[in-house]
Order: sequence, then structure tokens, then C-alpha cells
Amino acid sequence: MTIILNAEAMQRVLSRMAHEIVEQNDPIEGLILIGLQTRGVFLARRLASRIREATGRDPPTGSLDISMYRDDLNLRGSPPTVKHTDIAFAVDDKSAVLVDDVLFTGRSVRAALDALTDIGRPRRIQLAVLIDRGHRELPIRPDYVGKNMPTSCREQIQVRMKEEDGVDEVAIEKL
Amino acid sequence: MTWTRKHLLTIEELSAEEIMLALDTAASFKEVSTRTIKKVPALRGKTVVSLFLEPSTRTRVSFELAAKRLSADTLSITAQASSITKGETLKDTARNIEAMNADFVVLRHSAAGSPKFLADRLNASILNAGDGAHEHPTQALLDAFTIREKLGRIAGLNILILGDILFSRVARSNIWALTKLGARVTLCGPTTLVPAVFRELGVTITTRLDDALCEADVVNLLRIQHERQRKTLFPSTGEYSRLFGLSRERFRLTKPDVLIMHPGPINRGVEIASEVADCPRSVILEQVTNGVAVRMAALFLLNGVQNRIAQGVPPETLQPRENSVSPPGESDLVADATA
Repeated sequence: MTIILNAEAMQRVLSRMAHEIVEQNDPIEGLILIGLQTRGVFLARRLASRIREATGRDPPTGSLDISMYRDDLNLRGSPPTVKHTDIAFAVDDKSAVLVDDVLFTGRSVRAALDALTDIGRPRRIQLAVLIDRGHRELPIRPDYVGKNMPTSCREQIQVRMKEEDGVDEVAIEKL
Repeated sequence: MTWTRKHLLTIEELSAEEIMLALDTAASFKEVSTRTIKKVPALRGKTVVSLFLEPSTRTRVSFELAAKRLSADTLSITAQASSITKGETLKDTARNIEAMNADFVVLRHSAAGSPKFLADRLNASILNAGDGAHEHPTQALLDAFTIREKLGRIAGLNILILGDILFSRVARSNIWALTKLGARVTLCGPTTLVPAVFRELGVTITTRLDDALCEADVVNLLRIQHERQRKTLFPSTGEYSRLFGLSRERFRLTKPDVLIMHPGPINRGVEIASEVADCPRSVILEQVTNGVAVRMAALFLLNGVQNRIAQGVPPETLQPRENSVSPPGESDLVADATA
């Protein structure tokens, strides 16, 4: 196992991503952050607090569960645990940033696009990911990337976050 | 915890963890019904057949809505409008449905054990929507869901089930679910309708209704199942109402934050006074709302297991341990499942 981001590096990466989001979404009104369950939700909250520090504005943050939208429900080893979708504000005409921990095949993002557009019609949807590991199976690209990490399919990226795992780090493991 | 059952036949066979998983999953599905677009693609391309051989409004509509909100195709067969009136057996009806490649069969039948009978013979997943006086698992799940949502917990609560226990599948499924989740369940009603043998299920039986009402956190009222009673078990509806009905006066004895529940259909003025049924402590219609979420969760969980079987996971490794204790008071009610 190799650590590719430690706690300090993760902080720096998130600060940079927050500033990039602010830069691309000027004026900041209308910006909303939607985290994909589970770790995307924590990442979205952390980005939101950095955006608040930078702009004084607090972008609304919601969580999205995509297990009802996956196209590989019948291929996965075990049925997914369905977590909550909690978006307590209207997404119509907003500038939405989907936040996920790892971008891999792009299938989660496709499901997230379906899930989000069933809830409303944002004016624009962007994508922020902590790690882009390549191997896309769909024409999907991120707008904000924490770290590009070329991987082989026999490797696994482990994102650990304080809120869930007690520690902030990203590791790469051989399967 | 992973769901491993292909069928939802009884609450009796479920563990507390399985019940909690179903409730947690239902909580996520409840949000779907609050959207403008009340539909998710989780069961796209699957077929759900409702086979209702006893009258039902709520359960049938609720299952059908749940299936539709998961994007499944649904069709509904009722006894009066089917070939069952021409003498076809349950097994043959079901095999014909299966020949059309249905993935789920939702069965309501007057014979206890009929869902198990179908589960042993068909490839489809069977969901028990009420079998005689045996079980009504999704009703118990939605009742538990409503209690947990309203009061924040189930363990340690005093739950009074009042009315016709003997003939009630809702009572049996509720007793299994609520005792497994750690609630203290008390039964009350006419002694002819509350058999002492139910004590073996870990519940208290009382005839002191007023005391029980004072202590109850939840009062679950049951309708008198006239259709199942073959002989007279209490003198009159009027007397039942006087002695066991939740009147305005009796309602005053309850705790200020009591939950009044009823699986429906309610008989106003018999087991519940109109004012009580419509008061703010009554969650009867919220139970109906939650029923859709619970049934979506049930279909979703069973579908996950179906998909794993289709991938070649052997079904026996999916099935948790068998629990073969049959509910008391059932033996004299079991009819021939093929009737």
C-alpha cells in the first residue's frame, strides 16, 4: 500500500479546488454542491466551508444516493446499501457541482446525472473529484481534479476521510 | 449487513438486523415519493404481478405504486376477475403467470402459508401481502417504520395492540417485529379474540384496558375481522365498541404524545371514534404513506438477491438459517393452500 495523499496534502488539494470552483462560478450566487454518498458528501461539505472562507458566501450542500440509478445493479457482487438523498433546496436553474471521491469508469457520474436531473433542472452541472484514476467507459470528464493518478485495473484507490474512517488519506493498493 | 432473502414471506423468520435493514432502506425510498418525478429506474424491465385473492384497497394499490415508482411493469389480478372463479387452482394460476416471466408475485390469499407454497414452486420472488390470519409482513414493517420515525426508537416502548388478535395477521406480524426490536407489547380485547397462547410470543395480555391505555406509547387498533369469524365470539358490535372501542373518553387516558395507529380499513364508531381517528395523534394516513416506501424497499432488496442468483450465486448460500416455529393459534385456521 502506498499513500498518495496524506492529510496535509488533502487539505491543500481541497483548498485549491475550492478556489477553482469560485473562479469558474462568478458570481458565486446560484452555486450548489452535491456530494455523492458517502465520501463525496464529506468532500462537498469541506469544499463548501473553504468557499465560505474565501467568499463569505455559504453554498448550499446536498447529498445524493445513486444506488437506485446504477446500470450495473445486476453485475455487482452484493446489492448496494441505499443511503439518503437529501437536497433541501431547489436545484432548478442553479450551477451545480457534483462531488465524488474517485472518478473511474464514469458510471457513477452517469447515474448521478440521471438522479440529479430527476430532482430538477440545474442550469449547469460540473464535476469535482478528489482522484481521477482513468479507465473511463463513458464520455465523461471532470471539471475540477484533486490529483490525477494513473492506475492499472489491478490496483485499488482507497480514500479515507476523518468523518467516516478516522483519518484523512488516499492510498493505492495492489489487488 | 446484506439482504439475502429471495422472498418476503414472514416477519417471524427475519432477524432484528434484517428488519432494521428493511426500515433503513425504506427511509431512503421515502424521499422518492416526495419528488416532482416520483420514479427511479431501479426495477426497470422487471415485472411485478399482484395476485389478490381477498379484497384489498390499500395494500394492493400501495404495492402497485411502489412497483411503478421503481419503474417495474405491473399487472394486477383479483379473484373476481380471474379464472379462479372458473375453478383454476392457485398453483396453476401462478404457473401461468410465471410462464409469462414475471419476476415478482405479490400474493394475498385467505389460506395461511400460501405464499410459502408458491415460493417452493415458482422461480419468481414472492411477497406475502397477507395470508389468512398468519402474517402481513409489509404491514408490520410499515408500522415499525412509522413508530421509529415518529418516536425515534422502538426498543423500550410500550405498545398496546387492541382488538381482534385471534384473526389478525397484522397482530401476528406486528408482535414478531416489535418484540424482535425490543418493544414491550401488550394485547387487549375480548377474551375470545385474545388467546392466552400468545403469551408464548413474549407479550403481556391484559383485560384492564384503561391501565394499558395510560401506559401505552403506541396504541395499534385492529378491526373486527367479521369475515373470518365462523361463530359468534362477542355479543354485539355495540357492546364491543362500549368495552374496547377507543372513544373520546378513553383517548383522554392516553399519554399526550401517544401514537394512534390502525392498519385500515377503519370502522368509525366501532373500534375507534371518528374524532380520535382524525386527531393530531392519529398517524393512520402516515402509515399509508410509509407503506409505499416500505414496499419499494422490499422489492428493491429482493431484486438485489434475484440479480445475484442470475449471476450464478447459488441460492442456498443466500438463504439464512431456517426458523421453523409456527405461530400459535394458526393450526385451526390453515386451509388447503390450493383451495
